[in-house]
Amino acid sequence: MESNQLLEIIYFLEDSFIGEYVRSSLWLFPVIQSFHLIGLGILGGAIVLGDFRLMGILMRTESTSYVVQVTRPWFNFGLIVLVTTGIPLFLSEAVKCYYSRAFWIKISCLIAGILFVYFIRNPIVLSRDENYSMKFLGLVSFCIWVVTAASGRWIGFS
Amino acid sequence: MINFIEWLASTSGSTALRESLYMYPWIESAHVLFIAIFFGTLLFVDLRLTGYGFKSLSISQMNAKILPLTIIGFVLMSITGLLLFYALPIRNYQNLFFRIKLFLMFVAGLNAWYFHRTMNRQSQTWDKNSFIPFKMRFSASLSLLLWGLVIISGRMIAYNWFDCDKQPQSELVNFLISCTVDPEIYEYLNGI
Repeated sequence: MESNQLLEIIYFLEDSFIGEYVRSSLWLFPVIQSFHLIGLGILGGAIVLGDFRLMGILMRTESTSYVVQVTRPWFNFGLIVLVTTGIPLFLSEAVKCYYSRAFWIKISCLIAGILFVYFIRNPIVLSRDENYSMKFLGLVSFCIWVVTAASGRWIGFS
Repeated sequence: MINFIEWLASTSGSTALRESLYMYPWIESAHVLFIAIFFGTLLFVDLRLTGYGFKSLSISQMNAKILPLTIIGFVLMSITGLLLFYALPIRNYQNLFFRIKLFLMFVAGLNAWYFHRTMNRQSQTWDKNSFIPFKMRFSASLSLLLWGLVIISGRMIAYNWFDCDKQPQSELVNFLISCTVDPEIYEYLNGI
């Protein structure tokens, strides 16, 4: 019964003004998708540099907190671009997304990634708390975001 | 050229890639991830050159620490990109967005070459300073703009709006994608 209610909401979202508008245009979906990719590049850069530093691969002479401090605003910016372009993309094919396993993996990883970065990784790194393994924090964050991006691309194949 | 492309399409590797159910999506997903590594790290290199990001590092330090990863991203992105081309050689060769993308990459390459040549000559004077010559800041911004456009045109390759097998197209489009069609198509287009 719960899932029926969810499906009703999904149909409502697909029929929404924005969903209709994106679907009615030949160009809009690809153009929004392109900017979604650019957002991925921006967030990807912030994640790669931050997490590779935490794992000890890059910029070892700079402190972990400095690298996270510099990359943080670009992570935020990339995320804003991704969410504002991702929502209309979703609305235009909400029902397809509902039935796509890739979509649910992507959304789960996205939420996990956002929570992990804002509530675990950044606070620990910025407080310079040395009780935690920086390598582990970087590895977990990097893996979550790789799966998010890859399963996101996979929505298009399903 | 088209003979070579047709031969490429007839090779067994190309057919296998084209017909495989999972190889193509996997390569495509990897291509996107490598784009994120390449473009994302380039973003921070170019940001430093325009005066943002890692300001406490000198430009040569930035280049030494981050550019290797950018280059690794570029190589992996190119390998997966070539495989994607190899899977659908004729379609890509005659695709307007593919050609626009190649052209933009060529310009981005020239820009990078110009930048590094100038920097090697005179970076000692401004490497550690917060002042970076306008020409260099312009070149760094242009690099981001061009690679952004490369990503956009790359994404558009998937759409067949201007494909050779989708006629009628204007004479200009057919010229740009080296597509030969029956001239009657243009008479039809002109309403004769």
